[in-house]
Amino acid sequence: MQVRPEGLYCAPADIYIDPHHPVDRAIITHGHADHARSGHGEVFATPETLAIMRTRYYLKDETAETGLPYGQRVDLGNGVTLWFASAGHILGSAQAVLEYDGSRVVAAGDYKRHPDPSCVSFEVVPCDVFITEATFALPVFQHPPLEIEVEKLLRSLKTLPHRTHIVGVYALGKCQRVMKTLRLAGYEEPFYLHGALKKLTQLYESYGQDFGEWIMVSDIPRADKHVFQGKIVLCPPAQINDRWSRRFEDPLPTVASGWMQIRARARQKRAEMALVVSDHADWGDLIRTCEETGAKDIWITHGRVEALQYALKKRGINAKALNMIGRDESVE
Amino acid sequence: MDEFAQLLDDLYFTNSNLAKEIILTNYLRQVSDPDRGWTIAAIAGTLSFDLFKRNVIKSLMMERMDPFLFDMSKDYVGEMSETIALAWPQSPEPVRLNRLPELHEVIAEFQSRNKAGIRDYLVLLLDNMTPSQRWALLKLGTRGLRIGMSARSVKLTLAKMKAVEIDVIESIWHGLIPPYLDLFAWIDGRADLPDLSDKLTFSPVMLAHPIDEDKDLPRISPETHIAEWKWDGIRVQLSSNGAETKIFSRKGEDITHSFPDLAGSVTLQGVIDGELLVKTGGELGSFNDLQQRLNKKKPTKALIEKLPAHIIAYDILELENDSLRQETLLVRRERLGEALSETPQSRIDISEILPFESIEDLHYLREQAAQTGGLIEGLMIKDVSSIYVSGRPKHAWYKWKRDPFLLDAVLMYARRGTGKRSSYYSDYTFGLWNEDGELLPIGKAYFGFTDEELKEIDKWVRNHKLQRFGPVQEVEKGLVFEVAFDSAQESKRHKSGYALRFPRIHRIRWDKPAAEADKLSSLEALICT
Repeated sequence: MQVRPEGLYCAPADIYIDPHHPVDRAIITHGHADHARSGHGEVFATPETLAIMRTRYYLKDETAETGLPYGQRVDLGNGVTLWFASAGHILGSAQAVLEYDGSRVVAAGDYKRHPDPSCVSFEVVPCDVFITEATFALPVFQHPPLEIEVEKLLRSLKTLPHRTHIVGVYALGKCQRVMKTLRLAGYEEPFYLHGALKKLTQLYESYGQDFGEWIMVSDIPRADKHVFQGKIVLCPPAQINDRWSRRFEDPLPTVASGWMQIRARARQKRAEMALVVSDHADWGDLIRTCEETGAKDIWITHGRVEALQYALKKRGINAKALNMIGRDESVE
Repeated sequence: MDEFAQLLDDLYFTNSNLAKEIILTNYLRQVSDPDRGWTIAAIAGTLSFDLFKRNVIKSLMMERMDPFLFDMSKDYVGEMSETIALAWPQSPEPVRLNRLPELHEVIAEFQSRNKAGIRDYLVLLLDNMTPSQRWALLKLGTRGLRIGMSARSVKLTLAKMKAVEIDVIESIWHGLIPPYLDLFAWIDGRADLPDLSDKLTFSPVMLAHPIDEDKDLPRISPETHIAEWKWDGIRVQLSSNGAETKIFSRKGEDITHSFPDLAGSVTLQGVIDGELLVKTGGELGSFNDLQQRLNKKKPTKALIEKLPAHIIAYDILELENDSLRQETLLVRRERLGEALSETPQSRIDISEILPFESIEDLHYLREQAAQTGGLIEGLMIKDVSSIYVSGRPKHAWYKWKRDPFLLDAVLMYARRGTGKRSSYYSDYTFGLWNEDGELLPIGKAYFGFTDEELKEIDKWVRNHKLQRFGPVQEVEKGLVFEVAFDSAQESKRHKSGYALRFPRIHRIRWDKPAAEADKLSSLEALICT
């Protein structure tokens, strides 16, 4: 394995993992924009990830696709075998397991250990080298159970029934996880969705997810502002305080993200409610996972690399920073 | 305690002042005494004691957490209390509480314990709290609450609850103490307005507007206005009933304990508005000298003798139980003059009225102020017909500061800000060249630029990083700031030998090569005038 400008590279199989630039052969761990890009010649991913990439126009007609369900093996040539294990991050998210010459490398992509009703949970794969992210690798990041955060929202709907609760969520993953968790918490009103969230929500539904009734905001006449009062509107984070939100009566801007744990971050986004909802492993889970894989070597790709490396070394685990570029910390 | 934490969260995340007032009103109506009184004390900043010291929390944390990881976390979060609130590692065998104690129980418990007891109680509470409750406790305990709600808006909320003007609250506020049982008894209609006639209390001071030279100078004439020096000390209100004297800061904080020499010397009954300075051997001292006397709980005899406190009286608000606030400034100044000549005060001089016949004379006086090495900050110009009102009435008093000193300095180090700015490099250390072509730091500033400029500087810092020293980021010596400051003093604490007073970023000189920035000798030349 090597780090190249295009991304993490597996030399014997001549293949990149989540490359930033178009390459001949790529393994894609999941559909988020900073991992899945367009223009690759040949793509290996889970069927769900391929479907997401297709929805986002990351796949061209000439792209050769290999869809691998979790656990199914494929020979990449030169003695390298690839299979995917679930990563618990979003629908279709996977750890790429590469086996070569009796040793096993797992590139985990982005992952989390907290329960998520909208995707398959993380599977620990024992390995020799574990390649991990470090997005939330500081002891201050201890993510609360999602139920508590959802409860905050439900309580606010009750105490401020005249306000439209606009929740900023990423279109892929966060949106569906928040909706599903709200349903499980007993919320029965329809959700109102921004146009940018529609296609991916439908895609989740095609994989058997049920979000109850949801209505496009654009289907409600502009004059009927009252419809949204005391209801939940979901939109991309940038829209909560933008022109788009002016169509609502007394909007209450809310952001659902792992960064919301830091008060100042929430204030920067001008959020009046901060829901700590992260699709990444928190501090405790990062360390626990690295330990559970039994890997002798941990390679760290992106995030707060220094802190995780330090903590792992203190526990006697070899850890090194891969100095990857191009990962955007604001995207989860 | 959980309601208090919830309230702080709600206030913190709410943007509009009106909405904050409504949230606070609801809380004050639901929560009983004495908790609600302690709450407004915490928000308005009137608690007179810490529940525990910052270094107690810090040392607790150092015992429990790796210092490197703590520093990295703190640097990322931008603030100590929140870092601890989030990262607090539970005790190995935590004692579980069935319920969190009420706010007043927490306060009473901390106050009744000794040092070791305070530590244990803090651990017990932190172990039983959620991150946001911990944040509330730490902020309360160290009196560092910043939730975007001012003392004034607390008073406004109280006034609205009782349907009275805010002046009514202002008139009694400084005579009341937490937890404000008498105040709430009055608000609830169970008692009369608290009577404070026998107490020495602070009444909010009258403030000046910065002059707008184009618009305001034409309004001024020798017939309608007087001019005085604007001294560079601290503005105080001195209140005495003959037996006792109190000295209050401009914001109403009782600072008598720092100036027993001054308080003990007063024989005049009344309330005087003036500037506090030090005066040694008949010479007024600089702000730097005064600073040695500020914030001393119990100044030593030697310090008092070396730097005796002194007042230059600008105004008089009360004289022997008569309120003069409704008199014109002209009348008040006459009464002040009479009072000080009838009962001379060893530590109080009257502020000299500066004669002028034209606006040109005022310009000239202001020039003179600039030649005092910072002792005089500029001019005060006051309408002689103005009555004394608290706050900042329009066109009554003007302040006309002398121009700030300006220097082109080179950015050397940057560190991330706190609070809202925690993800930006917003605190800058800058320096001047010495004769050997070495840059020496002369000061720090973290304001004077717009939000847009902050983003640009932040970007520049990120693209020009050199070494890192903990949270401090060294940068390439390539960006020049035009730095404004009010004065400079020689200082042994700084490597350059100088300290700037009130430095701020005046302009960002994207165009200027760092090599052409100012030398230390330019600073020396400025302060030697």
